[in-house]
Amino acid sequence: MIYVLLFWEFCKIGLMAIGGGMVTIPFLLELSDKYDWYSRDDLLNMIAISESTPGPIGVNMATYVGYVTGGLGGGIIATAGLVLPSVIIIIMVAKYLYSKDKSSLMQRLLLGVRPAVAALILYAGWELAQLSLINYLSIVIALIMLGLMQLLKWHPIVYICMAAVIGIVFEL
Amino acid sequence: MKILWDLFFSCFKVGLFTFGGGAAMLPLLQAEFAERKKWVSEKDLLDYYAIGQCTPGIIAINTATFIGYNKGGILGAVIATLGMVMPSLIIILLIASILRGYMDNPYVIHAFAGIRIVVVALIANAVVGLWKNGIRNIFSGVIFILSLLLLVFADFSPVMIVLVALLTGYLYQIWQRRKL
Repeated sequence: MIYVLLFWEFCKIGLMAIGGGMVTIPFLLELSDKYDWYSRDDLLNMIAISESTPGPIGVNMATYVGYVTGGLGGGIIATAGLVLPSVIIIIMVAKYLYSKDKSSLMQRLLLGVRPAVAALILYAGWELAQLSLINYLSIVIALIMLGLMQLLKWHPIVYICMAAVIGIVFEL
Repeated sequence: MKILWDLFFSCFKVGLFTFGGGAAMLPLLQAEFAERKKWVSEKDLLDYYAIGQCTPGIIAINTATFIGYNKGGILGAVIATLGMVMPSLIIILLIASILRGYMDNPYVIHAFAGIRIVVVALIANAVVGLWKNGIRNIFSGVIFILSLLLLVFADFSPVMIVLVALLTGYLYQIWQRRKL
C-alpha cells in the first residue's frame, strides 16, 4: 500500500514540478505535513545530501524520501514515479509537438509558472527557516552564506561542507 | 542493441558526474552528446534543454529522454532515463543506509545542525536566481505576489498554485494577442 501511495505522490510531483530539482521542495514539504513519512528536519538533511551527491537533485530527493519511507523498494518506486510523467510527456513532445514555433509557445506559457514557482520556493524556504534559524548565530551564518553564494558562485557542496565544519566547531 | 547500451552508458556517465543538476548539467550534456557522441548538434541540444526546462519533471531527465527517443525510439527514451537515474539510486541508497547507523553520533548531529542552516541559504539563493530570471515585468510580479498571498492566506497547495499560474499565463497570452 505504501508503495502505491509513494508512486502516486511522486508521479504528481514529477508532473507538477516544472523548472528543476529545487522546485520539488515545496511539494516534498507538503508531503511531510500530509503523511507521517519524514519530518521537516529530515527534509532539510535530505536536501543537503541530494545537493552534495552526484545526479539530478530531484531524482536524489525522490530516492532518499522513498528509501526513508519504504526502504530499498520505496527508493526505487518513488524515483520511478518521479520520472514516469517526464518520459511520457517528452516522448509525446518529441513525436508530435516538436517544432520551433511550438517550443516558443511552451516557453511563453511558462510566463506565469516561473514567478509562481519562485513564490512556492520562497514560502517553503520560509517554513523551513523556522526550523533551523532559531537564534542570532544561525541567522548570521545563513546571511553570510547567502552573501558568499551571491558573490562567489561556488558549488553548493562547498557551502554544505563549510556548514558541517561550523556545526561541529560551534556545537550547534 | 549497441545503440541502447551506448545510450545507457552515456547517460549513466552524465548522471554520475553531475553534482547539483539544472544548469550544472548542461556543459556535461553538451560534452557527451554533442561533442563526443555527435548524436545531436549543439543547437538542437540547447533546444531540447529549453524544452526540458518548460515541460514537467527534472530537466536533466527530460533532456536525456529526448535524446534517447531520437536515437532509439520509446525503448531508447526509457533506457536513457534509466541510465540517468541509476547513479542517483545507487549512491543515495548507499549513503542513506550508511547514515542511518550514525544519526545519533554527536558529531553527525552537530554537522547536520550546521548543514540545515546552509540549506535555508541555498533555498534563498535559488529564489534570488528565479526572481532574476522569472520576474521581469508587472505581469510576472503580480503572479508572484498573488501566489504568495494564496499560499499564506488561502492555504493553497503547490499543485493548485502551479495550475492557477498556468491558466493565468495562458489567459494573459490570449489577452495580449487580442490587444495587438
